[in-house]
Amino acid sequence: MSNPNPVSGSPDKEPATEAQEAQSEARANPTAPAGDSERAVTATATKEPAAEPRPSLGRLFLDNLWAANTVTVTVLAVLLAMLVGAVLIIVSDPAVLATYGYITARPSDAINSSWTVVSEAYANLFKGAIFDPEASGFSAALSPISETLTYTAPLVFTGLSVALAFRGGLFNIGAQGQATIGVVLAAVAGFALPLPPGVHLIVALIAGAAGGALWGFIPGILKARTGAHEVINTIMLNYVAVYFLSWIIIQNGVQNPRRADAISKPVEASAQLPRLLGDNLRVHAGILLAVLATWFVAWLLNRSTLGFELRAVGENPDAARTAGISVTKTFVLVMVIAGVLAGLGGSNMVLGSTADALTPQVIAQIGFDGILVALLGRVKPWGVLMAALLFGALQAGGNRMQSYSGISLELVTVLQALIVIFIAAPALVKAIFQLRAARAARLQTSLAKGW
Amino acid sequence: MSTMAVPEVAVTAVDEGFWTRARKTGAVLLALGVLAVALFGALATGQQARFTLSETEGGAALAINGTVGAILFGLITAAAGAALLAGVPKRWSTVLLGVGLVGFVLSFLCWQVSAAPAGNNFMPLVNVVRNTFYLALPLIFGALAGVLCERSGVVNVAIEGQLLMGAFSGALFGSLSGSVWVGLVAAALGGAFISLLLAVFAIRYLVDQVVMGIVLNLLAVGVTGFLYERLMQTDATKYNSAPRFGNWEIPLLKDIPLIGPALFRSNLFLYLGLLLVLVIHIALFRTRWGLRTRSVGEHPTAADTLGVKVLRLRYRNVLMAGLVAGVGGASYTLALYSFTKNMIGGKGFIALAALIFGRWSPTGALLAALFFGFADQLATYLGAIGSSIPSQFLAMLPYLATILAVAGLVGKVRAPAADGKPYIKG
Repeated sequence: MSNPNPVSGSPDKEPATEAQEAQSEARANPTAPAGDSERAVTATATKEPAAEPRPSLGRLFLDNLWAANTVTVTVLAVLLAMLVGAVLIIVSDPAVLATYGYITARPSDAINSSWTVVSEAYANLFKGAIFDPEASGFSAALSPISETLTYTAPLVFTGLSVALAFRGGLFNIGAQGQATIGVVLAAVAGFALPLPPGVHLIVALIAGAAGGALWGFIPGILKARTGAHEVINTIMLNYVAVYFLSWIIIQNGVQNPRRADAISKPVEASAQLPRLLGDNLRVHAGILLAVLATWFVAWLLNRSTLGFELRAVGENPDAARTAGISVTKTFVLVMVIAGVLAGLGGSNMVLGSTADALTPQVIAQIGFDGILVALLGRVKPWGVLMAALLFGALQAGGNRMQSYSGISLELVTVLQALIVIFIAAPALVKAIFQLRAARAARLQTSLAKGW
Repeated sequence: MSTMAVPEVAVTAVDEGFWTRARKTGAVLLALGVLAVALFGALATGQQARFTLSETEGGAALAINGTVGAILFGLITAAAGAALLAGVPKRWSTVLLGVGLVGFVLSFLCWQVSAAPAGNNFMPLVNVVRNTFYLALPLIFGALAGVLCERSGVVNVAIEGQLLMGAFSGALFGSLSGSVWVGLVAAALGGAFISLLLAVFAIRYLVDQVVMGIVLNLLAVGVTGFLYERLMQTDATKYNSAPRFGNWEIPLLKDIPLIGPALFRSNLFLYLGLLLVLVIHIALFRTRWGLRTRSVGEHPTAADTLGVKVLRLRYRNVLMAGLVAGVGGASYTLALYSFTKNMIGGKGFIALAALIFGRWSPTGALLAALFFGFADQLATYLGAIGSSIPSQFLAMLPYLATILAVAGLVGKVRAPAADGKPYIKG
């Protein structure tokens, strides 16, 4: 009952208050996801003994489908985003736009040409991300999934980093910077240390994690000691990290001696994450580490003492302090763990198959995307994993859309941002689609504490 | 579980005992001064360090022997630090801090200029001043947009997106219409479009304002990047060749030495930016609108009780912020460059830093923006004379300075009390 998200199968426990809210609401509104129907039915039966005839399963399912629950809002948000994306595709195509000049005379032209360009773009998005029906052979058939998982792995880490900090009441905008420092240390450890395979990989990952931890520690300790707002400090540290990266790349011993441009030596094979499905497919062990990290964060949040303290501080620091929890210590720890996660995400970019050397753009946007992933995943670990999958699929599909349909990859950024905007304002989606009210559609980002 | 009773978050830094804030600052300045004398003095050469009052090597110049200058200005910094440490009346502390910092910078410059390769031992001040203002210009507009938003209680992290959308829309509509003025209006409206989204989602739908700002930045990067690749790259002459504002010379003022050629032979945006700082400063602190804005930013409930329409005022201010930032974006595309993907490149976040560093006041933001612009210009200059200081570290300076300011090491920084808190009437 407490889990309104049957797709993610999230084992997250809701905080006690939410569970109570859920119960009271369940009483008023006896609906449940179809997957949970058995438990739901018994729950309703015990709470409302023979008050009214039980609605049929199908009815329950339909009722719930059109309620503003997490899944419905997410799906509709994706649809709305794609709709806006379609408009952008149309208005940016002069040939198609020209047909709108005589739309009153021959509307079929405008409709047909719009449909062609949009459907072709989105078909390529799908084929690049999930499955291409025309592909032949094992490797080609698995290639889209492999690409999707390759893009997913680092996003899981940065998404978890942001989500964990969120739960502790901190807004970690610094995942980008933490991942940057992480990728620098991981890469340097990857090419500078002469170590045997296996050990080398572990050392490189630890180095990346340590770099992220350091970059998370700074805003954490500043917040704890001086009350400096972590949003400001993490934004600033992101840029400090960027300049540090661009400086270190061109130093002797780091820069690739055979290259004149800003690129480091390549990471040695002994420090690279093994590929999972042969050398032709890019998917690597990073995705397994990502799942492991998700499990770890879920355990940490819901089963450990630290996780309890962290959530307590996030919900209400004053109450937590009164209860004897050291808020300062928790702030620092949260930021350090968030930094470790983001640092690992950064390491993925250079130890995996995405790149094997540092460049100024080596980590792309994974830190900022991590914020979107965390929000889309409703700041819950398994939700973050699902959201990262969606974003990874969009990235992978976007590449194909760019090369096959000539639609700029930037459209993916637009789609991602729009999805999160619609998710962040469920009231808007609810109003557009006239959804019935339901619990849990609200995004838990009531962090509004100002600077 | 430790139950230590330390003050968890030190909001009110009570200066206790001997080590007041002024004394700590003094100690830091003294250390900087000693460092400048010892290090810069030792590294500087006996060459003349010439600060020319023109754009080239020639003309009148302020010249000083490098070693002498480095040591002299270092001593000034040390003296200012010592005075602060010894304890001076409070009204002098800011002045002394300023003198100390300027002395440090001058000492540094004496070293760098005198140690430059032969023939480069000069710093053209007109260039430096002019470029400082140019580099600061988007920061000024951006920070003013931040002031308008945040003084009324809406956090504006979307400055980057507003600048970018303004730059894009100015370039696009300027090119299509062939008129700078149409471009300027379109740029302002482009910035206001991002602001509108921020306002609606933050005020109407109560979405976390920082979240919304971040997402809007990405949206602006995505939309402008997408349309840039689809339209401007395929047909640059039609979509990306906006006309540009020329330089307007102001009579009389343009003949002032140093400042005249640097500032008063400039384009519309510089005049507009400086004028806006003045107008917004006066409006914020001297008019009814300003009083209402500040009260809504500090305590919206109280303002509401007195009959101020809190939400309407916030909508209006956020939209005005978008107009201002949009014009700031146009200062790129309608005066200097044609549009390129993500051309703002983080300036919006430095503007945010300038806003915070300038303590949410228009004049403070102007000074902070100029400081950051100067750091930027210094990095370029030092790169040109082949300095040993990596330009990346100078580029970090604004961000590090902001972290120090926020951490309370350089004075006290306090945001409007209701900044970022949605107001629900009820």
